[in-house]
Amino acid sequence: MIVVVNGKETELRDGQTLLELLEARDIPADGVVAELNRSIVPGADFGKTVLNDGDHLEVLRFVGGG
Amino acid sequence: MTKDILTIGGLELTSRLFTGTGKYRDDSLIPGVCEASGSQVITVALRRVDLESGTGNVMDFIPRHMRLLPNTSGARTADEAVRIARLARAMGCGDWIKIEVISDNRYLLPDGYETAKATEILANEGFVVLPYINPDLYVARSLVDAGAAAVMPLGAPIGTNRGIRTREMVRILIEEIDLPIVVDAGIGRPSEACEAMEMGADACLVNTAIATADDPAMMARAFGRAVRAGREAFLSGPGARAGMAVASSPLTGFLDAGTAA
Amino acid sequence: MSFYATCTEWMNAGLDERLAAMTETDVRRALGASNPGPLDLLAMLSPAATPHLETMARKASGLTLRHFGRTIHLFTPLYLSNFCTNHCVYCGFNSNNRIPRSQLTMEQVEAEARAIAATGLKNLLILTGDCRAKAGPDYLRDCVAVLRRHFPSVCIEIYAMEEAEYAALAAEGVDGMTMFQETYDEKLYPSLHPRGPKSDFRFRLDAPERACRAGMRVVNIGALLGLSDWRHDAFLTGLHAAWLMERHPEADIATSLPRMRPHVGAYQPATVVSDRDLVQVLLALRIFRPRLGITISTREAPAFRENLLPLGVTRMSAGVSTAVGGHAKSDGDGESVGQFEISDGRSVDEMCAVLRKHGYQPVFKDWEPIFADRGAA
Ligand code: SF4
Repeated sequence: MIVVVNGKETELRDGQTLLELLEARDIPADGVVAELNRSIVPGADFGKTVLNDGDHLEVLRFVGGG
Repeated sequence: MTKDILTIGGLELTSRLFTGTGKYRDDSLIPGVCEASGSQVITVALRRVDLESGTGNVMDFIPRHMRLLPNTSGARTADEAVRIARLARAMGCGDWIKIEVISDNRYLLPDGYETAKATEILANEGFVVLPYINPDLYVARSLVDAGAAAVMPLGAPIGTNRGIRTREMVRILIEEIDLPIVVDAGIGRPSEACEAMEMGADACLVNTAIATADDPAMMARAFGRAVRAGREAFLSGPGARAGMAVASSPLTGFLDAGTAA
Repeated sequence: MSFYATCTEWMNAGLDERLAAMTETDVRRALGASNPGPLDLLAMLSPAATPHLETMARKASGLTLRHFGRTIHLFTPLYLSNFCTNHCVYCGFNSNNRIPRSQLTMEQVEAEARAIAATGLKNLLILTGDCRAKAGPDYLRDCVAVLRRHFPSVCIEIYAMEEAEYAALAAEGVDGMTMFQETYDEKLYPSLHPRGPKSDFRFRLDAPERACRAGMRVVNIGALLGLSDWRHDAFLTGLHAAWLMERHPEADIATSLPRMRPHVGAYQPATVVSDRDLVQVLLALRIFRPRLGITISTREAPAFRENLLPLGVTRMSAGVSTAVGGHAKSDGDGESVGQFEISDGRSVDEMCAVLRKHGYQPVFKDWEPIFADRGAA
């Protein structure tokens, strides 16, 4: 399936969860916030949030800023 | 003397210098800056995670006691600012938010109208909202009505390091607006932060000038002291510049001349 | 919101002790302040400031020039009615006084309007006693309708009204209101205003705020200096003005500085306000709020009024009569008694000549609404 992750079309395994996607890329889940199809996903729900074909996912974190 | 406390969103601050986390050559300099400046409030931005190459996490360098002030940089409209603010709160680091709505990338001047819209929405959602604005009295008043917790007027356009170019306008906000006034942007030198505080600003936000110094920690200490000095000068109330002695009395002499009463 | 809380807080804050404790350093600080606060005003009104009037005058003079230029706004009062149900012990219209009472008919209002308009004046201040049965809101509206044909600016100095009543008059074309609290001393107030609607201290205190909310463009307040301690009343006048300015930036807030004059009744002032005292009040208020309009009335003597010109005065009355319908004098009614005696009886022409001689431009009209239709939105 194709999921748009941070604006980029990404090929993902069917049924993959948000948590699995982060872990596969070594991104600590407690350091990010996610927005799936414009709705915020609480950190506790990352593991049970199954991604679907055509989803729009944003994964963000804090960076330096003034 | 009683302690000089700045209260924003129910939080009591003893330091009136806010710092930032942007533009450091190495984020590991941040803890030293926090310590040397005495600052208790620090800004961060929210960005997309780079999924290909993991990079260091700025949060690892921010001391636990600091109040995090995420900004909405990147937002071009009120809607985008609201969206970023909600995401920032979902990070679980409190509900402070610096609203920054900029759609003109040449001058990087904030859009007061969109900022006020975003402020109202977020204040209603319980955010502690600190909007970044041009020092415009009407915008500031609309922010008061919208429920802002403080107002952050710019001293000069972002990144220009030109000092308090908007002096007279900021002064009007200080006089007229009953919210804490935090001068943000434009402050390039400690003397300029000091000047803002002498004028009666409640706090200053300084990022670039510290982050880009050769020795950020030393510069941070200098800013901390300058802000305190300016604050003390303001509190102590500077005396009249002209002396009180006046030799002749051209304006009130008639009172002594025995004119008919 | 009401100014009442601020008023009582300060009146109970030990003003006498604070005034006595002020030092030259406090005065110096007040004069150096970029945005003077209440304590700065108090310092400038304190005995410690009295030796420094010339320094204050220089500052006040510069501020006045900067904010108002070399202009003086001229207006004249028109007494519509002297029926009054109040018993203000210091007033000649007090209902205890056996004086001839009268009220202008619309024909007389028209005649007065013509006589005054012929002098060139554009700003009229209409006054009545406090008697709704005689000079009620409807009567006033009718008068305003007549007067607005002759004057672009009509202001009222009448009994305290409800906000809706002010709004109705504003819709009719009234653009300013004057309301003197007389004294801010709530404890003393009842003895000066024993009976009648005016005995309601709070209703009167909140009247300027109601007028602002109703859309009056100029709101003029003041205390009758001499009724109580003049320093207290001048201080509270300044705070009241600042309070209104803060909440109603759309309105021009102004103050008058009347002091007690002899009149028909037997009442004599509690304290004497000397020329020096009055100058101190004027200077302190000017420095406290540089944009505050300040009126000196014809209660003051000609030479004294002229001396005050550079110190902060922005408005003056001219061609004044304080008797009902005293401008047209067509009916040969010599009976009419004035509310108080005036010291400066100069005509409008004479006042203009005097102002020009001192380098000031007399201004008859400084604004007019662009939109004729000013009905409530
Ligand atoms: S001051 Fe006014 S209310 Fe009082 S008696 Fe005189 S006219 Fe009447």
